[in-house]
Amino acid sequence: MDILLQQIINGLVLGSIYALVALGYTMVYGIMGLINFAHGEVVMIGALVALAVIRLLADSGLPGVVVALVGLGAAAPVCMAVGFTIERVAYRPLRRAPRLAPLITAIGVSIVLQNLAMLIWGRNYHAFPPILPTSQHEVFGATITSLQVAIVLIAALMMGGLMLLVQRTRLGRAMRATAENPAIAQLMGVDINRIISLTFVIGSALAAVAGLMVSANYSIAHYYMGFILGLKAFTAAVLGGIGKLGGAMLGGILLGLIESLGAGYIGDLTGGFLGSHYQDVFAFFVLICVLVFRPSGLVGEKAAERA
Amino acid sequence: MQFTRVPSTMLAVAAALAAAFVTAGCGQKEEAKPQVAAVPVPAAAPEVTVRLGHVAPLTGPQAHLGKDNENGARMAVDELNARGLEIGGAKVRFELLAEDDQADPKQGTIVAQKLVDAKVNGVIGHLNSGTTIPASKLYADAGIPQISGSATNPKYTQQGFKTAFRVMANDVQQGKILGGFAVQQLAAKTVAIVDDRSAYGQGLADEFEKAAVAAGAKVATREFTTDKATDFAAILTKIKSKKPDLVFYGGMDAQGGPMAKQMKTLGLKAKFLTGDGGCTPEFIKLGGDATEGQYCSLPGVPLEKMPGGKDFGDKFTAKYGQIQLYAPYVYDAVMVAADAMKRANSVDPAVYLAEVGKTDYPGVTARIQFDALGDLKGGSISLYRVKDGKWEYVETLGGEPAAGAQEAVAEAKEAVKEAAKATGEAAKAAGEAAKEMAREGVKAGADAVKNAAEATKAAVEKK
Amino acid sequence: MSFLDRLRHSRRAALGATLFLGLLLAALPFLVGNGLGNSWLRILDFALLYIMLALGLNIVVGFAGLLDLGYIAFYAVGAYLYALLASPHFGLHLPVWAIIPAGAALAGFFGILLGAPTLRLRGDYLAIVTLGFGEIVRIFLNNLNAPLNITNGPQGISGIDPIRLGGVSLARPMEFLGFTIPSLHGYYYLFLALALLIVFVTIRLEHSRIGRAWVAIREDEIAAKACGINTRNIKLLAFAMGASFGGVAGGLFAGFQAFVSPESFSLMESIMVLCMVVLGGMGHIPGVILGGILLTVLPEIFRHGAGPVQQMLFGKVLLDPEALRMLLFGLALIVVMLYRPAGLWPSPTRRREFRGDAR
Repeated sequence: MDILLQQIINGLVLGSIYALVALGYTMVYGIMGLINFAHGEVVMIGALVALAVIRLLADSGLPGVVVALVGLGAAAPVCMAVGFTIERVAYRPLRRAPRLAPLITAIGVSIVLQNLAMLIWGRNYHAFPPILPTSQHEVFGATITSLQVAIVLIAALMMGGLMLLVQRTRLGRAMRATAENPAIAQLMGVDINRIISLTFVIGSALAAVAGLMVSANYSIAHYYMGFILGLKAFTAAVLGGIGKLGGAMLGGILLGLIESLGAGYIGDLTGGFLGSHYQDVFAFFVLICVLVFRPSGLVGEKAAERA
Repeated sequence: MQFTRVPSTMLAVAAALAAAFVTAGCGQKEEAKPQVAAVPVPAAAPEVTVRLGHVAPLTGPQAHLGKDNENGARMAVDELNARGLEIGGAKVRFELLAEDDQADPKQGTIVAQKLVDAKVNGVIGHLNSGTTIPASKLYADAGIPQISGSATNPKYTQQGFKTAFRVMANDVQQGKILGGFAVQQLAAKTVAIVDDRSAYGQGLADEFEKAAVAAGAKVATREFTTDKATDFAAILTKIKSKKPDLVFYGGMDAQGGPMAKQMKTLGLKAKFLTGDGGCTPEFIKLGGDATEGQYCSLPGVPLEKMPGGKDFGDKFTAKYGQIQLYAPYVYDAVMVAADAMKRANSVDPAVYLAEVGKTDYPGVTARIQFDALGDLKGGSISLYRVKDGKWEYVETLGGEPAAGAQEAVAEAKEAVKEAAKATGEAAKAAGEAAKEMAREGVKAGADAVKNAAEATKAAVEKK
Repeated sequence: MSFLDRLRHSRRAALGATLFLGLLLAALPFLVGNGLGNSWLRILDFALLYIMLALGLNIVVGFAGLLDLGYIAFYAVGAYLYALLASPHFGLHLPVWAIIPAGAALAGFFGILLGAPTLRLRGDYLAIVTLGFGEIVRIFLNNLNAPLNITNGPQGISGIDPIRLGGVSLARPMEFLGFTIPSLHGYYYLFLALALLIVFVTIRLEHSRIGRAWVAIREDEIAAKACGINTRNIKLLAFAMGASFGGVAGGLFAGFQAFVSPESFSLMESIMVLCMVVLGGMGHIPGVILGGILLTVLPEIFRHGAGPVQQMLFGKVLLDPEALRMLLFGLALIVVMLYRPAGLWPSPTRRREFRGDAR
C-alpha cells in the first residue's frame, strides 16, 4: 500500500513538473493556435541562467530560498527577453503564412538556442547546488520532500493565477478576444501585437519558474534538457486539451501518473513480458486512446484547425 | 555545387598556410634545441605529416563526452609533436582531423568517408558503438587502422575486420567482473538491475546479470530507463518494494548521479554499483552526498598506478579541465597508433597495420596488448568507491597484469624501457628471429624485475 | 520563368532538357566523386534516400494535408525488415528484389495501422498521435530483444548483406566493360532509379483521381465528403502510399549501411524529413526534392566550411566549428521560412492561394 501511495506521489510530482512546462505551451496555443516548439528550450535557458546566478551566490551565506529567488529574478527577465525575441523574429512575420511555416522556424529556433547554450555554458552537465531545503516528510510510509511539495503547490498556484489573469483582468479579456478572432479584436481597439507579445513574455516567465524547479528537483541542468521536457509537456498539453489552462494541469498530472504507475506496475500486470522500458509506449497508448474517443483532448471543446 | 567547392579550396589553402606556419615554427625550435644537445642537425630534414582522424559526437546530448575524447586525442598529438618522432628517416608531425558524428550512424559513415577521402593514416574513434560499427566497414575497405577508446559493443571487433581495435575492455569483460564483484565482495544476495536501453547500458547490464546469476545471486527485478531521463522515482519505488541488497545501473553519469540521489530520497538503502559510464566526478557532483559509499568500475588500472598516468592526469586537468571519462583511453589509442608506426618504421597504413596487432604498450590506462580479434587482451577492471566526495580506488580484478604487477612495471619503467630500446636496436640488426628471442628475453627480464618489485612491495606493506 | 514556360510549350525544348538532365544525373557521381571526393558522393546517396522519404511524407502532409510527425517509423520498418531477412541475425539471406517490395508492403500496412485510429483527428492532435506512433515503433525496436530476441535491441543488427543485383554485390567495386565502378556509384544508380520511380509514381498520383481527392481533403474535408469522396479510404490510402515509400528507402538504407540500430530512427529524423517537405515547398514535387537535397547537403557544407572559413576571416577558430555548424543550420531554417513562407519552390497554384490566406 505504501508503495502504491509512493507511486502516486511520484506521479503527482512528475506531473506537476510537466504541467508547469505545459502551461507555457498552452498559453501560447490558446491565444495564437500555434505550437511554440521552442518553449522547452526557453525552459532550458531559464534553468541555466538561474543556475549560473545561484552558483555565484551559493557561498554567500544567504538563505537558500533567497538565493533561489534571486536566481529566478535573473532568469525570468532573460527568458522573457528570449520569448519576446522569438515571437518577434520567428513567429510574427509568419502570422499569415501557412501553418507549418512557424513550426519549421520554431525547430530552427530550438536548434539555435540549444547550440548557443552549448557555446555559453559548455557541453557538461551542471549540478544544482543543494541550497533548497530537501527535508523529507513521511506520509503513511511514503516519502515526499519539501521541494516536491513546493513544486506541486507552485504548479497549482501558477495555473490558478493564470486562470484569474485570463478570466478576470482587462488584459485577459483582450487575450480572449485575440484568441477568438484577431481581426475583430483589432477593430475593437485591442493592440493584438502587444497582447501576443505579452502572452509570450508571460509564458516565458513561467518557463523560467519551470526551469528552476526542474533543475532544483533533479539537481541537474544541461543544454539539451529542454527537448525531452518540451516533448513530454507538449504531450501532456494535448492530452488535457491544448489551449485550455485547466487541461494543461490535468494532462500533466495524468501523464505523470500514467508514467509512474505504468513503470511501477506494467511488469507485474503483463507477467514480466513488458517492463518499465515500455513506460512511454504506455503513455502514448493512453494518449491515442483518449484522442480516439475525445479527438480534442479531455477538456478541449472544438477540434483544432487542420494543418 | 559551385558553392561547395569554395570551402574545400579554402580548406586546402588554409591547410597549406597552417602547414607552412607550423613547419616554420618547428624549424625554428629545432634550430634552437641542438645547442643543448650540441649535435648539429641538418636544417632541411624531410618532414612527413601523419593525419589521424578522430570522430565523436561534438554536438547533441553526448557532446561533453565527445569533446573529452577529442581533448585526449589532441593532447596525445601535441605530446607526440613535442617529442619530435622520426619514422622512416623523416621527422613526423601529427595532425588531428577532429570530426563530429552527432552519435548518428548515418553521419558516422559520412564522416568516415570524409576521413577515408582525406587519406588519413589512422582513425581514433568513434565514441559510440552505434557509429563505430557501420564506420568500421569503410575503414576496413580502405585498409585504415581504427582504434576506438570507448566503443564497447563486442560486435565491433567480431565482424572480422583486420583494421578494428579497441583499447578498452568490452561490455562482456566488464559485466562479467562486475557481476562477480557484486556477489562476492559486496555480498549481494539479491540484485536489482537498471539499464538505460542504450547499446552500452543494455550490453553491460545483460552481462552483469549473467555473471551475478552465475555467482549465485537472485535478480529481484530488472528495470529500465532512458539515456535522457531525469526522473527515476517510479522504478526506484518498485525496486524498493523488492528489497534488493544492491542496485546495478548500466548507463551514464548524467542518469546515475541523480538516480543515486533519488534512491536516498526514497529511502532505498541498497548499495549502488555502476560501470565506467558512471565512474566520473560528474556522478558525485550530480548525486551529492547520496553517492557516498557507492561503487563504480573502470576498465584498466587507475591512472596513478600507471607509468606516466598521474603525469597525464595532471597535465590534462591543467589544459582542459576535469577528465570526463574516456580521454585517457583515447590518449592511449593515439599513442598505440604512433607506437605501431614507430615499430613498423612507416606511417603507411598498409605497412604499420600489422604492427598494431602486435602492440605491447604501457599505456596510461593499462598495458595494451591485443588479442586475435583486436580486443584488449586480459582486460582488467578496477573498482572505486566514493569516500568524502571523491572516487577512491578499491581494487583491480581480472586481466593478466594485476595491479601489483603494473605497479612493479611503473617502478621498473626506466630499466625496462632502456632494455627494450637496446634490444630493439639489436633486434633490428639481427633480423626477425633474433627479434623474437630478444623479446622473450625482455619479457623474462621484465618479469624478474616485476617479481622483485612485488616482493619489495609486499615487504613494505608488511611494515 | 520564361525558360520553364518554353519547356512547357515546346516539345523539342522539353526533350532537350530531359536529355541534358538525364546525362547530368548519369555523370554526376563521376563529377562529384572525382571533383569533390567520395564523401560527397556518399552524401549524395543519402540525399537520394531522403528525397524518397520526403516524397513519401509529401503525400501525407503535402497532398492530403495530414501533419505526420512519426514518419520515420516507416523508414525503420523497411530497414529492420531488410536487416532481419538478409543478415546472420536469423540466418536468412533473401534477395533484395524480394525484400524491398515486402518492406514497402509492410510499411504500407503500418501506415494503415497508424491511419485507422486517427481518422477523426486533425491538425496538432494528429501531429502528437503520429509522433507517439513513431516513438512507439522505435521503443519496440529498441526493446524487442527479450524475452524473445527479435530486433537485437539497442545493439542493433550488424553484418547485413549488401544489396546484390543479378549476382553483383554493390558493396564491392564492379568491373564493367573494362571500367572499374566504385561501390558508391553502384548504390547511386540504384537509389537514383528508385527515386525516379517514386517521382514518376508521385507525379502520376498527383494528377489522378486519387491525387485530386487528397487535395480536396486538404482544402476542406467536409466539402470533399459532400462531393462523394470516400474520405476514410482516401486518407488511409495516403498514409499507406506515403509509408510504403518510406519502407523502400528504409530497406535501401539497411543494405547501404550494413548496420541498423534504433538510434537512426529518432524523432529528430522525422522532424528533419518534415522540414525538407515544408522548406522545399509542400505539395510541389520539385520543391520537395529541392528540400531533400538542401537539408542533406547544407549541414555538410557547414561541416566542411565552419572551421576553415573562420580561419580565413579571423586568422583563428573563434567559435567551436561544430556548434557553429548547427547554429548556422538552425538560422538557415529560420531565414528560409521568413523569406519564403510557402517554401523555396512552392507550386504556382498554392503560392496564389497563400497570398492572403490567414489560417
